[in-house]
Amino acid sequence: MSPAIRVSQVTKRYRELVALAGIDLEIGQGEFFGLLGPNGAGKTTLISALAGLVRPDAGRLWVMGHDVQQDYRKARRQLGVVPQEIVFDPFFSVRETLRFQSGYFGIRHNDDWIDEILANLDLTAKADVGMRALSGGMKRRVLVAQALVHRPPVIVLDEPTAGVDVELRQTLWGFIRRLNGEGHTVVLTTHYLEEAENLCGRIAMMKNGRIVALDSTSNLLRRFSAHTLRLRLEGGAPLPALQSARAERQGDHWVIAFEHFSQVERVLAEIRAAGAVVEDMTTAQPDLEDVFVKIMGQEELPS
Amino acid sequence: MTGFTTLLYKEVLRFWKVGFQTLAAPILTAMLYLLIFSHVLEGHVQVYDALPYTAFLVPGLVMMSLLQNAFANSSSSLIQSKVMGSIIFILLPPISNFAFFAAFVLAAVLRGLAVGLGVLLVTVFFAPLQFDQLAWVAAFAVLGGALLGTLGVLAGLWADKFDQLAAFQNFLIMPLTFLSGVFYSIHSLPPFWQQVSRYNPVFYIIDGFRHGFFGMSDVSPWLSLAVVVGCLCALTVAALLLLGRGYKLRV
Repeated sequence: MSPAIRVSQVTKRYRELVALAGIDLEIGQGEFFGLLGPNGAGKTTLISALAGLVRPDAGRLWVMGHDVQQDYRKARRQLGVVPQEIVFDPFFSVRETLRFQSGYFGIRHNDDWIDEILANLDLTAKADVGMRALSGGMKRRVLVAQALVHRPPVIVLDEPTAGVDVELRQTLWGFIRRLNGEGHTVVLTTHYLEEAENLCGRIAMMKNGRIVALDSTSNLLRRFSAHTLRLRLEGGAPLPALQSARAERQGDHWVIAFEHFSQVERVLAEIRAAGAVVEDMTTAQPDLEDVFVKIMGQEELPS
Repeated sequence: MTGFTTLLYKEVLRFWKVGFQTLAAPILTAMLYLLIFSHVLEGHVQVYDALPYTAFLVPGLVMMSLLQNAFANSSSSLIQSKVMGSIIFILLPPISNFAFFAAFVLAAVLRGLAVGLGVLLVTVFFAPLQFDQLAWVAAFAVLGGALLGTLGVLAGLWADKFDQLAAFQNFLIMPLTFLSGVFYSIHSLPPFWQQVSRYNPVFYIIDGFRHGFFGMSDVSPWLSLAVVVGCLCALTVAALLLLGRGYKLRV
């Protein structure tokens, strides 16, 4: 079985700017994959190269085993892309837009599937409304619908939830999750790390045109982030010596990292033994934001 | 094939939906030209023997409107979708370069023909309609529309902004169509300008087209046909090469 996406040694530069500095990446069929990174990291360039909108200077890309340059017609049939910018053709209604998009992919009489997409994205009521009259969020939904008309096995969403309300986010992820469950491969770029954490099984982090981290979401969280215990002692008392070596002081709070909840018990016991009283305490989950900040702050890729 | 027919249908629907601006407006403009020029010049300008000036003017005006609208259709559709970003909807699907090109050019031809036919129908009120050889009329109408439609594709690919396209239209298309014998026979020009006109491909389109109406022309319609077909082939090759390279579309 060929991977859903394969990227080999892809580079792209625009004059001085290196957009992609040698990307290698493989995404398996059925994955829910996250592509994260700050603005300008090269995420959109990589997606555009995959979609044939950008020609790489070197390297090759395949979608479901089809080279996106040499075998572009087959490759494009396998791929549905939701672009980052809200774009639309103002002359047409939602249904016309989707019928045209089906036709471009060689599909006639696609109304059954179009209706299903519309229903799943809560667009049914807007089917015959002109694109011009839709709100930004509605236009965004149509973009998602357009990417799905040809039932692509690989779906790429480039920041689909930027500036989108909670309701659409829920609707959208419900639908995309279902498609992923049915076997579609999903690749997602987003700025909402929480979203990536909840959805993606595997994550690549990009910076300056390189992939600086690539692992399963749970591994990334384990490696770069931990459960933390944040507490304040009565009267601003110091921590017992045993704990203070591992703790970090934040104002009058102490932050202690731990791996298993069984360790919390020991920390509290030591505090009690030292005669101190806990005045305030919270625990925090490992957080992709931590991972992100740490990795983006690093110079070199950790092995 | 479905990709091509869909894109063609979309391009036709695009101008049809705003027909007031894309069809009615140019027909009105042509009618105003006809009204003014025929009124002022009738009886003052002698073209072919015994042919009233207004009758002479009709094919020129029809063709001028046809050409300008064919150009406007493909060029404005491309620049609009480029500027608005909606061009990606036709770049993401597996549409071949030739299907892409053919759909834009054919839609341009259809818009040109629709406007040309509209102008022709309006002119019936000003001069009796006559055809000598309908085949020449049809051939030059289609080829002329295709030539300017192709030029529109090239201009639409090249231009990044609306003002660049406007420059293309004002500094190339307008002079080429006006200095082509729409309003006069080039035989009434001084020898130097007669010579210059012979380097203008639009002159051959209009001259050949007029031959279909009156059986009279400045040059042989076969020569005109050869020039027009030659130019169309050259521009088609250029457009396909640019599309193949992804010029300004796939960067």
